[in-house]
Amino acid sequence: MLLSRSLRTAALAAAIAIGAALPVHADEQFFPLQSYRVGPYAAGGTGFFGGFIDYLNLINIRDGGVNGVKLTWEEGETQYEVERGVEVYERLKNHPGVAAWNPLSVGIAYAMIDRITKDKVPLITINHGRTDSTDGRVFPYVFPLLLNPYSETSGIVNYIATREGGTNKLKGKKIVVLYHGSPYGKETIPIYQLLADKYGFSLEQIEVPHPGNEQQSQWLSIRRAKADYVVLRGWGVMNPVALKTAQKVGFPVDHIIGNVWSNSEEDVIPAGDAAKGYVAITTQASGAEYPVLQEIIKTVYGAGKGNLDDKKRIGSVYHNLGIVNGILNVEAIRIAQQKFGKRTLTGDEVRLGFEHLQLDPARVEALGAKGLFHSINVTWDNHEGDGRVTFQQWDGTKWKVVSDWIAPDWASLRPIIEKSAAAYAAEHNIKIRTSDDTAVSQ
Amino acid sequence: MTTPTRSASLRWLTPNRFGLSVLLIAAFAIIPFAGSDYLLDAVLTPFLALALAALGLNLLTGYAGQVSLGSAAYLAVGAYAAYNFNLRLHGLPFLASLVAAGFVAAAVGIVFGLPSLRLRGFYLAVSTLAAQFFVQWTLTKFGWFSNNNPSGVIDAPPLAVAGLSFSGPVGRYVFSLTVVVVATLLAIRLLRSQVGRNFIALRDHEVAAKVIGVPLLRTKLLAFGVSSFLIGVAGVLWAFAYLRTVEPAGFNLDRSFEILFIIIIGGLASIRGAFLGAAFIVVFPLLLSRFGAALLDNVFDSGVLEMSQRIVIGALIIGLLIAEPRGLIALVDRVADKIRRRLFRPQPGPIRS
Repeated sequence: MLLSRSLRTAALAAAIAIGAALPVHADEQFFPLQSYRVGPYAAGGTGFFGGFIDYLNLINIRDGGVNGVKLTWEEGETQYEVERGVEVYERLKNHPGVAAWNPLSVGIAYAMIDRITKDKVPLITINHGRTDSTDGRVFPYVFPLLLNPYSETSGIVNYIATREGGTNKLKGKKIVVLYHGSPYGKETIPIYQLLADKYGFSLEQIEVPHPGNEQQSQWLSIRRAKADYVVLRGWGVMNPVALKTAQKVGFPVDHIIGNVWSNSEEDVIPAGDAAKGYVAITTQASGAEYPVLQEIIKTVYGAGKGNLDDKKRIGSVYHNLGIVNGILNVEAIRIAQQKFGKRTLTGDEVRLGFEHLQLDPARVEALGAKGLFHSINVTWDNHEGDGRVTFQQWDGTKWKVVSDWIAPDWASLRPIIEKSAAAYAAEHNIKIRTSDDTAVSQ
Repeated sequence: MTTPTRSASLRWLTPNRFGLSVLLIAAFAIIPFAGSDYLLDAVLTPFLALALAALGLNLLTGYAGQVSLGSAAYLAVGAYAAYNFNLRLHGLPFLASLVAAGFVAAAVGIVFGLPSLRLRGFYLAVSTLAAQFFVQWTLTKFGWFSNNNPSGVIDAPPLAVAGLSFSGPVGRYVFSLTVVVVATLLAIRLLRSQVGRNFIALRDHEVAAKVIGVPLLRTKLLAFGVSSFLIGVAGVLWAFAYLRTVEPAGFNLDRSFEILFIIIIGGLASIRGAFLGAAFIVVFPLLLSRFGAALLDNVFDSGVLEMSQRIVIGALIIGLLIAEPRGLIALVDRVADKIRRRLFRPQPGPIRS
């Protein structure tokens, strides 16, 4: 029949056309992003994920991906809530070519540890996360890169010691830690206690219930305690409120030391004058003068593909943290590609890349990030990578670095981390890895 | 006058029961095999836990007329109680911890239900807020509840009952489904008994109920007890089958409101309403964010989508409260009724009994 024959021909032609139109599946590496652009922590979320996406875009536009492997991503809104984070995880985990998860939330990260370990995909918790996951022997897939909470604590205490003229001068001083009432905030309670016992300063740790927009009573107790220093371990709206309340009760702002999640422009600008002179720890300097940021401004924002709506936030603390996070993720892929070839890698292969993520200051400079962050040296059993910290002071308009790159006291922290990791391993029947079983599973 | 040819077994099979059986067979026999991991783990398991919690609140608010804003607190009590029973009493079967956790939640619920003896309506709602804040504070303040974990987060142990492991997505779903079905059947049974009628009498007119001999004190406390028992069990499912990690902040006031919205949207004083509302609250944001992302990929970021979802849910609550206080389930029933009348036109003659 004429009709059926012509139909058949048409169908065949269509099939060939469709087959030809389908592109040969290009190599892609996928980043599922559990971002939060709404809710109380949106300032951190938009800055961090904005910086991360900006860097991924830079690699795609400038280099055509990592050795030709294009970087792709998809965002799922979590509002910093655990169950939304879990939903996004379940939704995106089967996407082909997942490189690593970067939730930027302790709560979500905790809920994912079991899941990513089963699925063999790395979980990156830059500057935060579960401290004992530093021990790669027990947590093969979790990476609290640059700075875990214990190192941060040690860095802050070391900084206070240098301001007082040495660790022996800490004796008899009074330090108050004002912490956010959340898993993140409470993570360092035992370690401050330990350092207080070691150096002989007296310590008081006061909780600010989430979200922390009322702190009158906490600051009155700080005044009553006649504190020499207050460590602000805050998050979100709690930080500006703390600075303003401190001013109200007359506590000197330059004796408030912010931790790594109390160190952004979004924390100090709402506090206005009350923040002038406030000091905070950071792993990455702020500012847009670094070559990598200049390239992002030129290449990514120049092409209208920048992720931040407010261009004034380019080079802010969270944006730069997102960029550093991008650098670390991309370099891990690059290192893993050297071993496995220039193609889409499995999560486990990327994990091996992270376990060899060693960027010395020369390599950091080559990446255009000299001065943005110091260096990193991750190994199979040290998943933090000995990041250095520096301290910055707010002068009313911008952050100014006021210290060198300081090294936390890793040696004395490691035994505590190992002990805690061993307890976790026992509780969950995990076999402790040795350097022999780091190979990628097939 | 009924048609005499119908056999006894067929008479048992009313359309409602038939629908329910089909639903249950699908839920137990088809979905575990046909559903993807995502559907089971991220949609159906949280739906089941929230539906059970909403059912619990509906017993208290919808049937017995006592407003409560402390539901999330009872979820937390259930989750933490089960965790501690499991941790501290070695060899206790998980089902026993589950039931015991329900009883702990019931006890807490009865304590916080005491003000209902003197307070009504709005004032009672405010006093139940005490449960919300007190429980969250207690769990954060005293490290014992979270086994002195410094961050206060606890990991749920793998799910296993009588040597059978329920740890995969399918296992967790089937476990939750079984618990929810059993709990729902018990709730239906309770509502059809004298106690259930007492609940409704209490809601409709407290003084009249007292006059006709309903024991107010016992009925109110029983309502609080049963309701928080069910919510406590839902908390165990939420923590052990769904999230597999628990932190006090996950059970904040927002969660209490979410459960209240479920029964307002789904339908007060309706068991099916609790399920429909829970389905809506779980599925609607997912649909919106995925369709939104697919259709308007480059126009809006995820933030705008979240906001639009809040606006829709807020508008829906206001609209339902004004136009249809009996919730979505009443709309569904009306539509179903119309279809049924279209299909089965009444035949002439005295057929209906």
